[in-house]
Amino acid sequence: MSCEPWQCAEIATSKKANPIQKPEIAVAMIKKASRPILVVGSNVTERWMEGKQAIEYIIDLANASKVPVVATAHMVGEFIKRGYQPAAFMNAFEIGQRVADPAWQGLDGKGRPDLVIMVGMPYYMQALILAGLKHFAPDLRTMTLDNMFHAHASWSFPNASFEEWATNLKVMTSKFEGGQ
Amino acid sequence: MTSKNVHVKIDEMKTSSGLIKNLELSIGKVINENYAEPMGPTPMPSMTTLRDWDMKLLNKYKPFYMPDCDSCCLCTFGKCDLTAGKRGACGLDIATQSSRIVMLACAIGAACHTAHSRHLVHHLIEKYGRRYPLDIGGLNIKVEAPVSRLVTGIKPETLGDLEDILTYAEEQITQVLAVGHTGQEGSNLDFESKAFHIGMVDHVGMEVGDIAQISTLGYPKAEADTPLVKLGISSVDRTKPVIMCIGHNVVPSVGIIDYAKDTKVDEKIEVVGLCCTSHDMARYYNRARIVGPISWELRFIRAGLADVVVLDEQCIRTDIYEEAAKVNAPVIAASEKNCMGFKNRTDDPADEIVSDLVSGKVQGVLILDPEKVGEVAVRVAQLVAPTRKRKNVLPSIEEITQIAKTCTQCKQCQRNCPQDYAIPAAMKAAAAGDLSLLTDLYEYCIGCGRCEEACPQKIMIHSLIVKAGEKAMECEDNLCRVGRGAVSDVEIRNVGSPIVLVEIPGIVAIVGCSNYPKGGKDVYDIAREFALRRYIVVLSGCSAMSAGSYRNSEGKTLYEEFSGEFTAGGVLNVGSCVANSHIAGAAIKVANIFAKRNLRGNYEEIADYIHNRLGAVGLAWGAYSQKAAAIGAGFWRLGIPVLVGPHGSKYRRMLLGRKEDPQNWEVLDARTGDKVNVGPAPEHLFNTIETKEECMVAIAKLCIRPNDTWKGRSIKLSHYVDLSKRYLGVMPNDLHLYVRTMADVPMTMKDEFVKILEANNWKETVIPDPTMLPRMVRKMKE
Ligand code: SF4
Ligand code: SF4
Ligand code: SF4
Repeated sequence: MSCEPWQCAEIATSKKANPIQKPEIAVAMIKKASRPILVVGSNVTERWMEGKQAIEYIIDLANASKVPVVATAHMVGEFIKRGYQPAAFMNAFEIGQRVADPAWQGLDGKGRPDLVIMVGMPYYMQALILAGLKHFAPDLRTMTLDNMFHAHASWSFPNASFEEWATNLKVMTSKFEGGQ
Repeated sequence: MTSKNVHVKIDEMKTSSGLIKNLELSIGKVINENYAEPMGPTPMPSMTTLRDWDMKLLNKYKPFYMPDCDSCCLCTFGKCDLTAGKRGACGLDIATQSSRIVMLACAIGAACHTAHSRHLVHHLIEKYGRRYPLDIGGLNIKVEAPVSRLVTGIKPETLGDLEDILTYAEEQITQVLAVGHTGQEGSNLDFESKAFHIGMVDHVGMEVGDIAQISTLGYPKAEADTPLVKLGISSVDRTKPVIMCIGHNVVPSVGIIDYAKDTKVDEKIEVVGLCCTSHDMARYYNRARIVGPISWELRFIRAGLADVVVLDEQCIRTDIYEEAAKVNAPVIAASEKNCMGFKNRTDDPADEIVSDLVSGKVQGVLILDPEKVGEVAVRVAQLVAPTRKRKNVLPSIEEITQIAKTCTQCKQCQRNCPQDYAIPAAMKAAAAGDLSLLTDLYEYCIGCGRCEEACPQKIMIHSLIVKAGEKAMECEDNLCRVGRGAVSDVEIRNVGSPIVLVEIPGIVAIVGCSNYPKGGKDVYDIAREFALRRYIVVLSGCSAMSAGSYRNSEGKTLYEEFSGEFTAGGVLNVGSCVANSHIAGAAIKVANIFAKRNLRGNYEEIADYIHNRLGAVGLAWGAYSQKAAAIGAGFWRLGIPVLVGPHGSKYRRMLLGRKEDPQNWEVLDARTGDKVNVGPAPEHLFNTIETKEECMVAIAKLCIRPNDTWKGRSIKLSHYVDLSKRYLGVMPNDLHLYVRTMADVPMTMKDEFVKILEANNWKETVIPDPTMLPRMVRKMKE
């Protein structure tokens, strides 16, 4: 699996993400974090794996891991339609700006997230938000769950096929208590 | 204004220090006043004159930077790695570098428009004289140049007066460009302020150009019911020779149209345009055709439809020469800004140039005389068309399958497509004889050609897409309303009160380029949704074309369905890129004509008015250019929020408010001087929107303003709630921030609102007479 940026021109990074070679590693990081959030963008209803939309896999993972979900774009309605209530919904850059702010107290007002997980925004847009966080919130850890390598994240899955992506998400879900 | 140069000539003069001989001095201009409006505090502002105003906005809407690149390579000290707080050799950090790039982009954009306008004014003065009177709307327009008056204090009356305004703009562009040098500005906020400054200047530059061409070239003058002109590829009559003009500067196209008319061949040839030139051609000539937005260059040329390609300036594919060569279409470059490496043939006899192009001895020429461009283009088109026989480079349908079979599924195309389109899947299907996925791409593809550049199998992917979409292309026969230019004073007078006070929920300006995430239909859908809701919808440029490219269930295009008047439910096309200035102009005129605020050199007060009272939002759904950045920056300084589609995130800096921070939303009540929290209205000054659905809701919300009357606020909130339910599937989660008194709550939604207000410990506040300028307190009349 390749660890070059999925969109070939997105190469201007001097500090590059650590590749997540196994889904278990991502699970361990999430378990280690005390206040993770999962930001989910609009592509999760457009990508299909094994006859299911990506959002279905994300809902399973969110249910299993109990990581609060922030839905961007119009995804909130898509989640609710499928019986899942996200913790919040807002514009992608609004959540990006908030998590970059050390004084932000999180969705619940109890403290800033220490791990921001992202999935499903247009690749270049997600890359830019991750770049903003890398530069302006260097203490914050970021992770992406797409099948596209995101060099600006702290950790990213490598480029992968839809089948591998589905497997990764399923394995992740199964490793949380709620997914067993 | 009338002005004269003060010119002093001294043949001989004895002074205490000696003898002066033959001294000649020109000391600028003395303005001979017959313009009654008193001069405001900031005529011809320098880079720092309005800095305090900018800082007020930047404090409310903080920059969120997303560096596209970790390093800076602008000087030979570098490359410098600026990652996460590291400074470069000159001391610059990444926030400052990011803001510098924003400023430079805006300066390039402003330079582009202003240079375009300078060329127009030069050319038109040469043709019509310096004293040619300006007229952009006859008796219907007294405020003929609202942006220029506001910024410079000059009231232009003749073509010559426009030169003074351009001189101011050009000086500012030079000053701002200088700030981009290594070791100049050290603060990101100051770079931002300068970006705002040059955005403001950009609107001045645009206004000058459009006023000049409207006054001289017989364009519609602020008319609501301008004619409908044919739009789309199949509107072009291919039995005739076709001249295709690409770019933004109408001057060479005018040469072509005039020559065709003078030689009586205008009905025997087709003169068609791509991008903004086509809007201006249509304003000049009722037989001009608007082919479509800038992204259609490749499809039009490769389909063999152009017999001659004429290039003027801005947003032209720089490889057009090679593309045209493949289909044997000669190219004429007609702008100094864009010589394409061709030999300058301006001084050669037309006969020679025609013969060289027709025989194929040369494939392209540079001609800088628009009249000669006209003659050469028209003659060459007629001579070349019969031999070219619409030569094209599209494969046949059968060939598509064969070519698709050579695809190795390496995914390089998708990974290089800016839209990340699933091209490999479309190739797989095509190889099996199913072209439907390729056909789908036709609607979405922005015609950049990056996929082909990347394909190791050298598959002409874009050509395959165009061929697969040929049927759709053949149906592209739509209508665009000819650009009307300015909004008339009468229209402003009629809608001033409804916009500021009650019934009209907002003005949505949909402008700019066609770098859409999923085709132009989104623009049509957004424009129609808001027109049906009786917002005023104002369009320009490629967006105005995309909006006209679809039809409703009754078969009507947007421009047939809605009137072109600046009123509730109107859908206006102001015109080309430079006509965007009329949108800012309309906002300024509301403050001036309706609210009777002085305009002249009074920038802060007018911007303060617009920001706090006028529910206007700009949307550049497919913004890609530096010009779009500059146009946006001009709106930011006026306090008008701007949204961009997902690709706009690459401008790499958003200006975002934080709705939950109360101190962000305090304004002064001009009646009392009290600080009043008015809530996040408008919430952001610049933001990227991910999807069309999200965009619908964001626009409605951004039309909310502090001084809305309770009736106006309840109308705006009902649209916000309704759109949110429809497109996001939920109630908004911030309604409590927008309700000031229970009278703001839409009647039919009272129960839902009450629950939300109770859950959020809502408290009633007052509706102030809002201002961000302490000097406005108590000054205003009740
Ligand atoms: S301008 Fe400054 S940061 Fe950029 S390359 Fe030169 S020294 Fe480095
Ligand atoms: S030409 Fe179309 S398909 Fe090819 S890279 Fe550009 S947008 Fe993608
Ligand atoms: S780049 Fe060419 S060979 Fe590779 S998947 Fe795309 S079309 Fe096929």
